Amino acid sequence: MTETPAQTPIVTFENVTKSFGRTKAVDGVSLAIPRNAFFALLGPSGCGKTTLLRMLGGFEHPTSGRVLIDGEDMADVPPNRRQVNMVFQSYAVFPHMTVAENVAYGLKVTSVPRAEIGPRVEEAIAMVRLDGMAARKPDQLSGGQRQRVALARALVKRPKLLLLDEPLSALDKKLREEMQLELVRLQTEVGITFIIVTHDQEEALGMASDIAVMKEGRILQIAPPRQLYEHPTRRFVAEFIGASNSFECEVLGIEGGMARVRAPLLGELKVERAAADVRAGTLIVRPEKMRMDFSSPDPDPGEVLVRAVIDQIAYFGDLSIVYLTAEDGRRLQCSRYNVNRIDKGDPPPGTPCTIGIHPEDLLLVGD
Amino acid sequence: MARREPIGPLDYTRRLWLRLWLVAVCIFLYAPIVILVVFSFNDSKRNIVWQGFTTDYYVKAAENASLIEAFANSLVIALVSTVISTVVGALMALALWRFRFPGKPGLDGAVALPIVIPEICMGVALLVFFNRVGLSSAFAYPFSLLPIIIGHVAFSFPFVCVVVRARMAGFDRSLEEASKDLGASEWQTFWNITVPFMKPGLIAGGLLAMTLSLDDFVITFFTAGPGTLTFPVQVYSMVRFGATPEVNAASTILIVVTVILTVIALRLQRPEKEAAKLA
Repeated sequence: MTETPAQTPIVTFENVTKSFGRTKAVDGVSLAIPRNAFFALLGPSGCGKTTLLRMLGGFEHPTSGRVLIDGEDMADVPPNRRQVNMVFQSYAVFPHMTVAENVAYGLKVTSVPRAEIGPRVEEAIAMVRLDGMAARKPDQLSGGQRQRVALARALVKRPKLLLLDEPLSALDKKLREEMQLELVRLQTEVGITFIIVTHDQEEALGMASDIAVMKEGRILQIAPPRQLYEHPTRRFVAEFIGASNSFECEVLGIEGGMARVRAPLLGELKVERAAADVRAGTLIVRPEKMRMDFSSPDPDPGEVLVRAVIDQIAYFGDLSIVYLTAEDGRRLQCSRYNVNRIDKGDPPPGTPCTIGIHPEDLLLVGD
Repeated sequence: MARREPIGPLDYTRRLWLRLWLVAVCIFLYAPIVILVVFSFNDSKRNIVWQGFTTDYYVKAAENASLIEAFANSLVIALVSTVISTVVGALMALALWRFRFPGKPGLDGAVALPIVIPEICMGVALLVFFNRVGLSSAFAYPFSLLPIIIGHVAFSFPFVCVVVRARMAGFDRSLEEASKDLGASEWQTFWNITVPFMKPGLIAGGLLAMTLSLDDFVITFFTAGPGTLTFPVQVYSMVRFGATPEVNAASTILIVVTVILTVIALRLQRPEKEAAKLA
């Protein structure tokens, strides 16, 4: 399509810092986003993810460092000259225009030929499934429909990049799940790079092809969803994405990708290191990877056993989360899928049990 | 006998003395206006007792050349000063809404000053000022209205500013960002997005300014030159020669014009309130 090879990233941040007064919203971020990715910037509020997105839109300028889109430095390019469109958190649908006028707006102001506008607007409205609503005003639409207008309005411009700022946060749960699928469908359909900002880990895991986890203006880890969940490199990432049980530990020796550690309750073990630079840190294990046994201990070979007492059980229908107190007073959580309809149910609080953990489910992550 | 429920603190209309009070207030407020309008149809030169119905004095008023001239002057002044104060007031409102700059709190307070300053002080101040700068009404006709227009703009643009600013308080700044994001320039964004949102405020503020200008007496009286008459000033001088029903007729017309403008202004402000409720 273009002379730029497909491997060159569509977006590059080169050591970008953005300060507001004394606070650094973005602190030395370097990041490359591949073409046609569905890329998520994930982090708690105030971590700088929205600032990064707004830099791509041209609404903020880096204090230092460079932002490149498709290999071009964006320093002096105002928002209206960028082939980048944004879906705002408030949707920002123009209230005095109909759906069709909203969608046509971006074409009209850039003097796209009149004959071309009509069909393109129609196509965009059909793409977000708003057929038959073209003549409605925004106040006659639901929140989800207004968001579709914002999407159509951005996509009709055929941008190189579509930016989505917390696009699902204002929708209720059912609609949010529906829109997640819809966004992924749209992204594959139009083949544009989507960059989404979210604080909701499920949203990021469910939609994105790659996720960057941010904290306090820095990027902690960039990885595809599965790797992020199964191989977090930092304790913050492990605890922010999904739940995890942590054990502080002492590293006795490093052997390639493995480490010999000693941890309370678990004893001496050989575990995987999350990354090459992890030489000390915390052991983590995901709640669903721990085996619970209420009767007599019947260990799998190689399993480490921990004795605990049930504190509380949260029942969510499909799964139950069991909160436990281990022998040394440490709080643990364990999740169990309720796979059988006819079941005795969860045991009452106070029931002693044994937890089995396979050492390969443990991971040594950096603090 | 059915037991009467005790009168609640907000059941104003159930206390007899409060009901009488309400009636008294209404009489004091509206009786003079009703009598003014009724007596504009009175077939009597002295206009003290009711003699019979006639519309003669409306015809007479319409044939009164100086009254017509004064009315025309008032309209010209009102139109020009409305346009100027709407533009100035709206720009002021935008500046105060949108930007942070040194001296903003001071300006913020100063804008409201002409609203609270007694009109008589404003009139004297303008008179002294115009004499000082040599802008007295020594000019020929259209320019002789200039000092009055400036005076009217000075006291009516703050009203526009206040109304427009209240409107802009409900504006979502990301609408402007979205417009630029979609490829619109700063100007296109202003005309396509900001102004349409501001419009109800502009119209309401403009009508307010127009009403204020049309029936202003004090400031006009101070700033008008000897040869220049506006409608309220002319009515005043007619009263001094005896209150004939012609004065009533002229006043009734002014009341009607003002009421119509006010009703339009209120109508236009209504959807804004609904929008504010939704937001």
